Amino acid sequence: MLIGKIAPGGVRNSEITPRSVYLNRRHFMQGTAGAIALAALPASAATNERKKLEGVVKTNFEVSPDESLTKYDSVTGYNNFYEFGFDKDDPKANAGNLRTRPWTVKVDGHVAKPGTVDIDDLIKPHRLEERVYRHRCVEAWSMVVPWVGIPLKDIVERFEPTSSAKYVAFQTLLDPEQMPAQKRSSINWPYVEGLRIDEAVNPLTLMVVGLYGEVLPNQNGAPLRLVAPWKYGFKGIKSIVGIRFVEQLPPTTWNLLQPREYGFYANVNPKVDHPRWSQATERRIGEFRRRDTLMFNGYAEQVASLYAGMDLAENY
Amino acid sequence: MSSMRIPEFWLACVIKPSVFLASLLPLAWLAWGWSTDGLGANPIEATTRFLGDWALRFLLIALAVTPVRMLTAWNCLARFRRMLGLFAFAYAVLHLLSYIGLDQFFAWATIWAEIVKRTYITIGMLAVLCLIPLALTSTKGMVRRLGGKRWQKLHRLAYVAGVAGVIHFYMMVKADVREPLIYGAILTALFSIRLWNGRTRQVARPSVARKAKRA
Ligand code: HEM
Repeated sequence: MLIGKIAPGGVRNSEITPRSVYLNRRHFMQGTAGAIALAALPASAATNERKKLEGVVKTNFEVSPDESLTKYDSVTGYNNFYEFGFDKDDPKANAGNLRTRPWTVKVDGHVAKPGTVDIDDLIKPHRLEERVYRHRCVEAWSMVVPWVGIPLKDIVERFEPTSSAKYVAFQTLLDPEQMPAQKRSSINWPYVEGLRIDEAVNPLTLMVVGLYGEVLPNQNGAPLRLVAPWKYGFKGIKSIVGIRFVEQLPPTTWNLLQPREYGFYANVNPKVDHPRWSQATERRIGEFRRRDTLMFNGYAEQVASLYAGMDLAENY
Repeated sequence: MSSMRIPEFWLACVIKPSVFLASLLPLAWLAWGWSTDGLGANPIEATTRFLGDWALRFLLIALAVTPVRMLTAWNCLARFRRMLGLFAFAYAVLHLLSYIGLDQFFAWATIWAEIVKRTYITIGMLAVLCLIPLALTSTKGMVRRLGGKRWQKLHRLAYVAGVAGVIHFYMMVKADVREPLIYGAILTALFSIRLWNGRTRQVARPSVARKAKRA
């Protein structure tokens, strides 16, 4: 709000600062000057501020020409993030006080190099990519979002999973003080999600740290969230604090809540309806007419082979 | 408890028109929202939900008239019951039209399939089907033609519509069922007052029957 407010829009190549410069600057910010600046501000002002990510490389992950980016205000103002409330505008209203630094991610399970990693150390070794993906919610609405992130594959490889690592389990922060709706018991917190290991290392799967060229807003799952664009949005677990490599299929929050309605796979599939509504069409936020939902959300070419021979109506 | 005495002029020329205009306020709010882009990222969903909410609220308000009269003996409230009930019907029809025209954009095959297939929509439809005969028989002429007893019996369907409305809401919610449960509690309370009152004393019967005979 105070510094560096920029209009929504991608980062132009000419604006990209060399990554080393950016990192130094950021380290400086995290040092005394940054600490003083942050301490002087009310928490919400500090965290709601829009901050541009630098060193972001554009990729050719794009959608069709007839699809346009969903407005920044919709992407950041219409969210399901039940830790902050159950209505779509609650996350934006209530996530301001989430402290996303310092933040650590615990990586354990069947890996050669387990450990608890600082979020910046987790991100630092990697190139940040901008990818435009379709985002399809299980509630039959969708968006097109320019995410900024790191292929999960690259992160996974750093921890050297062993052959027993058949699945990756993720966990969201559990802190009712910062996430007020966790004080309610209608969901068994913390939120947990999981992927099969081959899904996790699919080139499409992204660990997201930003959108629209900027640091990920809290309400979108800062500081680190998962995006698997061929799956329904609820697989995209937010504000991740734990990544565990496991041998058995891990429990997932919505599946525990309503096993008949939300499966482990949750692949976007126009032919397999949610018991309470059709998945054949979707409302693209910002558009008037519904669109036909695409198999695997339009990513069949990249992911259909993962499910060859599986009954997708059975494994929903 | 003595019944409130409000001069006829005030009731007919001031209070009733005011209640009528107040009942239009949600629609004005909606129109304002559409014209100022103020309904959020998904205005179609917001519209359908908003109209559904107000259909249920007006239904409960209309159903509250008689129980409140029983408790307070404010008999003049009966004068608003038909209007409030018709507003409930109007909002329910607009809610349905919003679903058909905005949400599904007149994809009749899909709409029909959803009504048959999705229990919560089937139940919503049931609520509308209950409300239609009530709206059609809401005129003085129809009350007279049916006769007070039969009319009253028919209009118990309003409670069926209320129960269906609450179940419809409850079933569409993903995880936070507090709101539909509140509506359900209100409905239960209203119904209990009626039963309790009907059993303990025979006063304050809805005036429609008597009025119809007089007319
Ligand atoms: C055929 C008749 C009906 C249909 C097809 C229908 C359809 C729907 C749909 C699709 C929704 C979900 C909206 C969304 O999430 O986008 C909804 C919600 C709702 N409907 Fe209906 N409905 C019908 C009748 C009724 C009636 C008669 C009432 C009230 C008496 C009612 C009250 C509600 C309420 C309270 C909600 C929840 C709104 C919210 O989430 O705040 N509906 N209805």
